[in-house]
Amino acid sequence: MMRRRSTSLKVLALTGFAFLYLPIVTMVVLSFNESRLVTVWSGFSPKWYGELLQDDQILGAAAISLKIAFISASLAVVLGTLAGFALSRFNKFRGKVALTGMVSAPLVMPEVITGLALLLLFVAMEGLLGWPKGRGVVTLIISHVTFCMAYVAVVVQSRLADMDGVIEEAALDLGARPWRVFVDITLPMIAPALVSGWLLSFTVSFDDLVISAFVSGPGYSTLPMVIFSKVRLGVSPEVNALATMMIVVVGIGVVLFTWNAARLHRMRQREERAAAAGL
Amino acid sequence: MTQASLAQAADPRKPWTDPAAQPFVRIEAVTKKFLDFTAVDAVSLDIYRSELFCLLGGSGSGKSTLLRMLAGFETPTSGRIIIDGQDMTDVPPYERPINMMFQSYALFPHMSVEQNVAYGLKQDGVPKADIARRVAEMLDLVKMGSFARRKPHQLSGGQRQRVALARSLVKRPKLLLLDEPLGALDKKLREETQFELMKIQQALGITFIVVTHDQEEAMTLSSRMGVMNHGHIVQVGEPHDLYEFPGSRFVAEFIGSVNLFEGTLVEDEPDHVRIESPDAGCTLYVNHGISSAPAQQVEVAIRPEKIRLSRQHPGQTDNVSAGVIDEIAYMGNLSIFQIRLNSGKMIRVTRPNLDRYDEMPLQPKEPVFCSWGPASGVVLSA
Repeated sequence: MMRRRSTSLKVLALTGFAFLYLPIVTMVVLSFNESRLVTVWSGFSPKWYGELLQDDQILGAAAISLKIAFISASLAVVLGTLAGFALSRFNKFRGKVALTGMVSAPLVMPEVITGLALLLLFVAMEGLLGWPKGRGVVTLIISHVTFCMAYVAVVVQSRLADMDGVIEEAALDLGARPWRVFVDITLPMIAPALVSGWLLSFTVSFDDLVISAFVSGPGYSTLPMVIFSKVRLGVSPEVNALATMMIVVVGIGVVLFTWNAARLHRMRQREERAAAAGL
Repeated sequence: MTQASLAQAADPRKPWTDPAAQPFVRIEAVTKKFLDFTAVDAVSLDIYRSELFCLLGGSGSGKSTLLRMLAGFETPTSGRIIIDGQDMTDVPPYERPINMMFQSYALFPHMSVEQNVAYGLKQDGVPKADIARRVAEMLDLVKMGSFARRKPHQLSGGQRQRVALARSLVKRPKLLLLDEPLGALDKKLREETQFELMKIQQALGITFIVVTHDQEEAMTLSSRMGVMNHGHIVQVGEPHDLYEFPGSRFVAEFIGSVNLFEGTLVEDEPDHVRIESPDAGCTLYVNHGISSAPAQQVEVAIRPEKIRLSRQHPGQTDNVSAGVIDEIAYMGNLSIFQIRLNSGKMIRVTRPNLDRYDEMPLQPKEPVFCSWGPASGVVLSA
């Protein structure tokens, strides 16, 4: 009976994972196809990876994407932390519930609408204020910060909700001013949430296509935009190779993060057991 | 209540008996409302220097809210809080000469024991060498000197409690607030720690205000205690006074256990009262007068340990009632008797087990007489 159940569990798990990863495996395999025709297998070759490194358009787009993702994630962590902190730590104020809902709205807002709204705003601002001049890196960063910040705010808010507000009160009680309490107590305690908020923002920003398409200008194509425009002309093995490399980079990050979190968790458990045993 | 002590010269250890003494903490008609809910309702309370004052009450009685207003985490809706002559009502917590020990200890998880204790001194800009010395002294006082480098999660519950105490004492506050300081410890450790806490308080002479729901803890620790219910302070007094002279049914029942008899006042003289009580099945005689209308319905409270049990009638006419033993619970040091009086009322009587072996022990279902002296009962006004 047990045996049968564990077998069927295995089958279910395999089906699930196949559903998730079969498309990616297909793409990775095909990126090593020698043939220019994507669906016709003519032999193993890493040559498309070589060609990728010669392609200035792709290298340029990758540089822009990395830069935007890095800056956006960093700014989003700062702004999102402040928003999350205000929403979970300030006493009840008028409209707190409405604001809490509004902060996470960008997560569910259709990207097409967000993109269009941002584009209209930038055009209006340029007309009225003369800034930002045209569309490019600045508008991309501002746009990415708006939705990345929502992710960070949600992550930070939930971490702060778990965290005992009494610990901050204890610091106030010991004579620390509110700003010191934030720096000395709150920030170190929510640091893991900031790291995951940053990683999440970086990935989301690096991935974004729709909003970027609205707010970027000529000469400022991000990597997903380049891939998309290339694919419209037909899927090429070069694009497969590029996508595979993106997966490898993101995958390494995720593995490192998970491994680190698990290690910290094990360490803490060991120490708690030792303390319980009275060592 | 303590007429005897008031008549004598004021006891320096009991400043509240001296009408000329200046209170150290004055709570003046403090009210705290949360939306429609009144957590603390017009509470006035004076606490004197070096007192160990316990606020005792159930959950929702307002005791924690009152403590949080003293610490500065909540602002009173109305009323004033004066500490050592200074109005503290609107002073933020980080500018009050007060520290608090939290129920959950609230240690900073990312700092070592040493850093936790040093944090308050660092905020005041105390020189580094002084910080190190004072932290070491304080950790020695709470016997945690050898754990200075540990992180909080490497400590047991009792050790964390000591660190929390050291951290709240190291700044030598004028007033220390303790929120259920022993609540998270197991029974044995709690009893040991109670006495240690009293010793530390006496050694440092700091005024302590302790919030607790545990009446035994309050009785053991406090110089005086205030019983809270529904946002009011019901009664303030020394533990002995509150136990022996409860002013209301609530206090009588909250502190210790009690037998309550209803009856009608038939005789009200300055030196005694007589109460006809069908409830008790006898006339109740209490040797203190009360001022009330004749024929008033009153309640008399009698503590279980003040009732004697005997097989023979004790020979007195008042304060004696016959009944049958229903249950006996043997507790080791004492036995608890449940007795059904002939009136049908169940009462509780405790008797110390003076001898190891009783020749003729009282048995369940045995008829007995319950009797008590004229000074044993208390007439409750409310």
